[in-house]
Amino acid sequence: MTTRRTFLKTGSAAAVTAAVIGPRGLPASAPRPQTRGLYTDPATRELMMEALDAARRAGATWADVRISRNRANSIQTRERQVTDVVDADTIGCGVRVLVDGCWGFAATEALTRPGVGTAAQEAVAVARANRVAQDRRVTLAQAPAHKDVTWKSAYEIDPFTVPVEQKADLLLRANAEALRAPNVRFVNSGLSFVKEERNYANTDGSVITQDYVRSWVTLACTAVGNGDFATRGPEVVQPAGRGWEYVLEADIVTNARIWGEEAAEKLKAKSVEVGRYDLILHPSQLFLTIHETIGHATELDRAMGYEANLAGTSFISPPEQVLGALKLGPAFMNVIGNRSERGALSTIGYDDDGVQPQDFHIVKDGVFVDYQTTREQAPWLEWWYTKQGRPVQSHGCSYAQSWADVQFQRMPNVSLQPGDRDLSWNDLIAATDRGIAMIGRASYSIDQQRYNGQFGAQVCYEIRNGRITGQVKDVAYQMRSPEFWNSLDMLGGRSSYMHGGTFNDGKGQPGQSNAVSHGCPPARFRNQNVINTGRA
Amino acid sequence: MSFPKRLIEPVLAPDGVLTREEAQDLIARAIRFSKADAIRIHLQSTRESNIRFAANQISTAGTSATTSIRIQSVFGKRKASVVTNSRTDEGLRRAVEQAEALARLAPEDPEYLGELGPQQYVAVPAWFESTAAVSAEDRAKAALAALAPARAARDLTVAGFLVTTARATAIGNSAGLFAWHRSTDANYTLTARTLDGTGSGWAGTTANDWAALDVSGVAQRAIDKARASRNPVALEPGRYTVILEPDATSDLVPLMAGALQARAAEEGRSAFAKAGGGTKVGERIVDERVSLVSDPADPLILGTPFDAEGMPLGRQQWIEGGVLRQLAYPRYWASRQGKAPTGGANTLRLDGGTQSLDELIAATARGILVTHCWYIRAVDQRTLVYTGLTRDGTFLIENGKVARPIKNFRFNESPLFMLNNVEAIGRPVRTAGGDAMPPIRVRDFSFTSLSDAV
Repeated sequence: MTTRRTFLKTGSAAAVTAAVIGPRGLPASAPRPQTRGLYTDPATRELMMEALDAARRAGATWADVRISRNRANSIQTRERQVTDVVDADTIGCGVRVLVDGCWGFAATEALTRPGVGTAAQEAVAVARANRVAQDRRVTLAQAPAHKDVTWKSAYEIDPFTVPVEQKADLLLRANAEALRAPNVRFVNSGLSFVKEERNYANTDGSVITQDYVRSWVTLACTAVGNGDFATRGPEVVQPAGRGWEYVLEADIVTNARIWGEEAAEKLKAKSVEVGRYDLILHPSQLFLTIHETIGHATELDRAMGYEANLAGTSFISPPEQVLGALKLGPAFMNVIGNRSERGALSTIGYDDDGVQPQDFHIVKDGVFVDYQTTREQAPWLEWWYTKQGRPVQSHGCSYAQSWADVQFQRMPNVSLQPGDRDLSWNDLIAATDRGIAMIGRASYSIDQQRYNGQFGAQVCYEIRNGRITGQVKDVAYQMRSPEFWNSLDMLGGRSSYMHGGTFNDGKGQPGQSNAVSHGCPPARFRNQNVINTGRA
Repeated sequence: MSFPKRLIEPVLAPDGVLTREEAQDLIARAIRFSKADAIRIHLQSTRESNIRFAANQISTAGTSATTSIRIQSVFGKRKASVVTNSRTDEGLRRAVEQAEALARLAPEDPEYLGELGPQQYVAVPAWFESTAAVSAEDRAKAALAALAPARAARDLTVAGFLVTTARATAIGNSAGLFAWHRSTDANYTLTARTLDGTGSGWAGTTANDWAALDVSGVAQRAIDKARASRNPVALEPGRYTVILEPDATSDLVPLMAGALQARAAEEGRSAFAKAGGGTKVGERIVDERVSLVSDPADPLILGTPFDAEGMPLGRQQWIEGGVLRQLAYPRYWASRQGKAPTGGANTLRLDGGTQSLDELIAATARGILVTHCWYIRAVDQRTLVYTGLTRDGTFLIENGKVARPIKNFRFNESPLFMLNNVEAIGRPVRTAGGDAMPPIRVRDFSFTSLSDAV
């Protein structure tokens, strides 16, 4: 096979400003990066073609193959020392086939012609074995073939080229700053990076190569005193589909002192009084509520019962009763599913069905209008798309976490659009008489149909008469999703829009993890039920 | 693309899992390539095959054979690890060189204690040929045990997952340690739902031996629960007497495992830290009937008899007679505090009684029966308060009988509070999650809100 190749770097990203809670995402409207010089390695292409041919010879009516190299790098620290440095690098091949409308899948590490051929035969054998238990055929939505296309994510500096001592130095300097805050005795910090070279081919004729990087910085500071402790973090900087430049923009050394002081203030903060409050949720907190209540609830496989045995089903179902009918929020509420926002975690050029995703409305003017789909799922909604005068096509939400895992429907970036007026975080606070402002994800839990949620935050501020009076602790809101979204009454504007995200979102059996971002502005929710979670 | 050459990849045994000799050979080759002061290789070779079904249809099914080789190289106290899945000489050499390059640049880890020499391990007989040999046809037939009755019934839809795993784990190092263990596992979970959308029932099981996996029993339990849970009524949130089925106990009790770490307790940031310093070791922390143990050789558990460093894992009694007997000490913290290293609070067994679930129900005047729990997250590490929800079969018990289905609740509760409020403890069984947990009855369990989820 060929030697290691350095991918070409793309043009400079737009400048971003570090904020106390972490850097903002790139402008959502920026164009996708294009690259030249990235193409499918001839030896890899040959193996993929062999896998597809072997699948067809064995009886598959349709097949796809992924050969990918998955790299992960992480460095973890505590206080003044490095605790772990790990570099992972795995390569392999996954073959998926349809035989008589039945799926089969097999994965192998043997990247040889006999190796991938055997995997293809095994996938066909699995599909054949399953026919005894099948009584409905899988059919795939049509999708144009993408032949010899490439895509590269929005990174400038490959984090895998940055020396480990530079990464350690950055973390240890941040730890030292955090430890200067009063009562802060413990700091854990870490850097995690993923880089994937994803090759895909299918029997429609697609041959796709993609180069994908994502980065995450964590830092948790714990203040201890008076027999008590309080923690800020660890998700102080939102993970992103970007590179080392993103880590530098987060300026964690300067910000660590602020995070440490926030932990110290939290240790001494008063415990919240239970009751009803107007909540102002920062994007670093709100993104996870969007994720849980809208993101997961609008996955079509969940709505149709395909996740019933683990992740659950959805309150946004059945499709024939809710599409175009369910009023999820106020008329100014719009939610878009996309895999296109630059620097977001679920952003990709082509999904694991070989589909080039298009942005789509999930909630339009407050009404639920569409689900997340794959090629297998889009035909389930043919009646709806026909009624709308739209083609039956996948929204490009197919994903597998690695070559060893079978692809299924995973979440695109599901983003709440900013309001028409360019309101800021401070504008929302100034407009609120009695409220709580919540920053950063903390404890979160929601039922298997996404009705009843309970969400905490890392830092909570009490608001009285339009001003922050200080931190309060032990805060969580308990809500019911439909009422919660219909209580939305103020949205920040475009300049307050940022991405929050998660590196590890679980779904499926066997469990798979994906990474996804949610863009949103800060938003206000009226008269929410706040509980006190401290029972010491 | 930038794949290393692997045209001469060694071929695996038919069951897809490395043998002891193959693991020894791989580790010896990596040690030969090493130029570091010390090297440790942690190897896992896994063949996992599954079938998944939902909406009364097979959805996905497949099989994967994977190798994970984690190589840690050390110079002085500088260390770093590289994970690869390549078993070729070239792949191993590349990984060793990368680990050494990273280790040379990494800052010193003052907590690194050096590698362990040769150790003695308990033999845990967790490998069953019956499981390693399960075929795709066998799995499809097992799925039919739920699919066939559900399709025939016309009022049900089932979703399930059956996975069989064969795995070998080996650890070797440059100080002469070699540890090897292999195991098989079959795990089956099933959710049956009524087509009117008002009932849902779950059941699950796990066994090392395929022959012991009762797929028909799981199907029957899940289907019965789904039908019995139709049209639930709402009860007011509040404090209730609750009977947790073994899988529900298994959702909650192991949440204590993290707090059993000695270091966090001694640093004053855990539920077992004492105000003013010290830990709660020696104090009664839960009901005096409660015993909590980790033991890889327990026949109900059949765990791995060593940890990731190759340290032997024996029986550890965390709680005895309700008293916190000890905390978990990894090697470094043990050496610093003058204790013996223990390994973590891994797979747990809770003992304290011998009653069956039916006996617990029969002796309950009024209470709530919980099948299992969902989406449990820490709310307050100071008290181990967690939040989560009941799911797939929640019932009101009156006068010793299941009286009617009720809507699911959200709880905010601590396993510590819960085990202090124990009324009765049953006989532990192996749960779908792998722990050995009993059904228990506890009073004053805190349900804080209702959920409309079915």
